[in-house]
Amino acid sequence: MAEFTSAEAVVSAAERAYEAGYRRMDAYSPYPVEGLAEAIGFTRNRLPLLVLIGGLMGGLGAYFMMWYSSVIHYPINVGGRPLHSWPAFIPITFELTVLGSAVTAVLGMLGLNGLPMPHHPVFNVPGFALASRNRFFLCIQSDDPQYDPTTVREFLEGLAPKLVSEVATSAGGEATGLGH
Amino acid sequence: MASDRPENLEQDEHLVLAPGHTYASVTDKISSIVLTSPFRKSWIFGFALSFLLTLMLLTTITAVLTQGVGLFGIRRPVMWGFDIVNFVWWIGIGHAGTLISAVLLLFRQEWRTSINRFAEAMTLFAVACAGLYPLMHMGRPWYFYWLTPYPNTMALWPQWRSPLVWDVFAVSTYASVSLLFWYVGLIPDLATFRDRSKNRFSKIIYGILAMGWRGSAIHWHRYRTAYLLLAGIATPLVVSVHTVVSLDFAAGVVPGWHTTIFPPYFVAGAIYSGFAMVLTLAIPLRRYYGLEDFITMKHLENMAKILLVTGLIVSYGYALEAFFAWYSGNTFEQFMMKNRATGPYWHTYALLILCNCLSVQVLWSKWARTCVPLLWVLSIVINIGMWLERYVIVVTSLARDYIPGAWGMYHGSVWDYSMYYGTIGLFFALLFLFIRVLPVISIAEMRELVAETRERNGGEDHGSSHDDDDQDLVASSG
Repeated sequence: MAEFTSAEAVVSAAERAYEAGYRRMDAYSPYPVEGLAEAIGFTRNRLPLLVLIGGLMGGLGAYFMMWYSSVIHYPINVGGRPLHSWPAFIPITFELTVLGSAVTAVLGMLGLNGLPMPHHPVFNVPGFALASRNRFFLCIQSDDPQYDPTTVREFLEGLAPKLVSEVATSAGGEATGLGH
Repeated sequence: MASDRPENLEQDEHLVLAPGHTYASVTDKISSIVLTSPFRKSWIFGFALSFLLTLMLLTTITAVLTQGVGLFGIRRPVMWGFDIVNFVWWIGIGHAGTLISAVLLLFRQEWRTSINRFAEAMTLFAVACAGLYPLMHMGRPWYFYWLTPYPNTMALWPQWRSPLVWDVFAVSTYASVSLLFWYVGLIPDLATFRDRSKNRFSKIIYGILAMGWRGSAIHWHRYRTAYLLLAGIATPLVVSVHTVVSLDFAAGVVPGWHTTIFPPYFVAGAIYSGFAMVLTLAIPLRRYYGLEDFITMKHLENMAKILLVTGLIVSYGYALEAFFAWYSGNTFEQFMMKNRATGPYWHTYALLILCNCLSVQVLWSKWARTCVPLLWVLSIVINIGMWLERYVIVVTSLARDYIPGAWGMYHGSVWDYSMYYGTIGLFFALLFLFIRVLPVISIAEMRELVAETRERNGGEDHGSSHDDDDQDLVASSG
C-alpha cells in the first residue's frame, strides 16, 4: 500500500497501476475524488437499478394495499365516495414510493459496499487513520493474479509515494479497525 | 494552521470558505469542537435550560394522558388549536433542512456545504417535536396504531381518503428519509471521529456508528450515487409532505380552508419559516464556536435572499386569498376575509402581515442582508409571523364559519402553552446534544470544497502539504 499527499498523485498512480495490469486494488481517500474509482477499473454501479426496483415495489405495494382493502377486503361507504377512489390513493402511493427507494438506496449502498464491517486489514497500516483526514492511499491486493511482494513494492515505490507499507492480513488478531 | 490568512475576509463577500484552509485544517477545526474542547459554560447553561423545558413537556404529556385532551383550550367549534398550529409550524421548520441538503445539492450550490449538517439535524429535531402533536391531540392516543395498516382480527383498515391518514404516511416517511439522509452524510465524518478520537470509549462508539467506513474509492462512488439519489428523492418528498399537511385544510369545506392555493403556498411558507430558523441557529453557532471561516457572510446573505423570495411568495399567497375570497362572490368566503381583518382575532392577522410581509422587505437592501444582528432579529420575527399564519388559518376560520349559532372563541390554555414551550425545549436540548457529540459541519464535504476551491484557483498547492507535520497524528496505534 502506498501513501500519497494529493488527490492528483493517487489518481495518476492508480491509472499507472491499471496500465501495468493490476486489477485487484483499491484506493482510499478522505473525500470522493473524481475519477478515482474509474481509474482502478470500477465501472459497473448497480445501485440506481436497485433503487428503481425498491421504489416501484413501494409504490405498487401501496396502491395494491389501498385498492385491495377498500374494494375487496372490506368495502365501506365513506362520505359517498367511490370504493376505488384513486385520487385519494395517490399521496400514500407517492410517499411509499419514496420510502421504498430511500431505504433501498441506503441499504443497497451499505450492502454493496460490504458494510458494516468494522474490521479490515487496511486498518492495520500505521498512519491509515489519516485516510480520513488528508492522505490518499493506493493498495494493491495480494489476491491480484500479478501479485508478487517484491515487484509490487518496487512498482509502488516507482510512483513516488510518501511511504510504501505492507498490509498485514487479518491473520494476526489485531485486525480490528477499532484497535488503532 | 492557516495562520497567514489574508485580512480581506470581510471585503470578499463571495467566499463560501475563508482562504488558507487545507484538508487537515478543516478536519481539525470541526472535529475539535467535539473531540478536544472542554464543556463550555454557555453550553451547560443552554442545555440545562432546554432540559428543564423538556421536563415541562413530559409533565404536560403526563397530565394530558391521565386527565384527557380537554386540558387543552379546544372547545366547540374550534377543535383544532395549538396542537395543529404547532404541528404545522414545526413541520414547516423542518423543511428548510431538507431543502438545504437536497435541493441545493441538486442545484450544485456549494454554499450549502457548511450549513447542511446542522440544518438536517434541525429538520430531524423539528420533526420529532411535530410528531408529538398528532399523537397528543388524539382523544385516545393509545389507539394511534389503528392509523397504520396491519392485518388485524377486526378486518379493519385505515380510511385512505382522509388527509390525516396521509399525514401519518407523509410524516413518518419524512422522518425516516431525513434520518437516513442525515446518517448517510454522517458516515465519513464518523469515520474521521473514530480515527481522531484519543479516548478508547469514544473510538468504539464512533467506530460502531461509522460501520467500518474506510474511504475506499469504490465505496465513495456508490456513496455519491446513493447520496445524489437520496437528494433527488427527498426533493419531491419535501414538497409532498407539506402539501399533504396543507390538504388537512384544503380538503375541508370550511371557508378559509378550502383554498386550492394551499399546497404551494404552505410549501413556500415552510421554506420561509425553516430558513428563518436556520438563521436563528446559525448566527449564534458561528459566533460561539468560531465558525466564521466556514459560515461566511455569503451564506448569511444567500439565506437572507431566500427569505426574501419565499417571503414574497407567502405575501402573494395572502393577497390571493383575499382576492379570491372577494372574487368568489360567496358570502361565507367574503365574511371569512372580513372576519380575519376586523373580527375578534384582527390583531393576529395584523401582526401576521407586519411580521411576514412588511418586515421582510428590508432585505431588499444589501446593508440589511449583511447586518448580522438585524438578520437574527428578523429571523425570529419571521418565526413568530409564521406561527401566527398557522394560527390565523386554523383558528379564525373555525371560530366563525357557516352557522352563526355555532360561533365561538378559542384561547390556548396553560397546558397548550406548556406543551408548546416544552417542545421548544426538546428541540434545543436535542440540538445542544448534537453540537456536543456530532460534527456540526460536514467534514468530508468541506474537504471536497477545499479541493474544488484549489482547483478553481489553479493552485499547485494540493491540500496537505504545508500544515501537516502530523504531530497529532493518531499514531497512537497499537
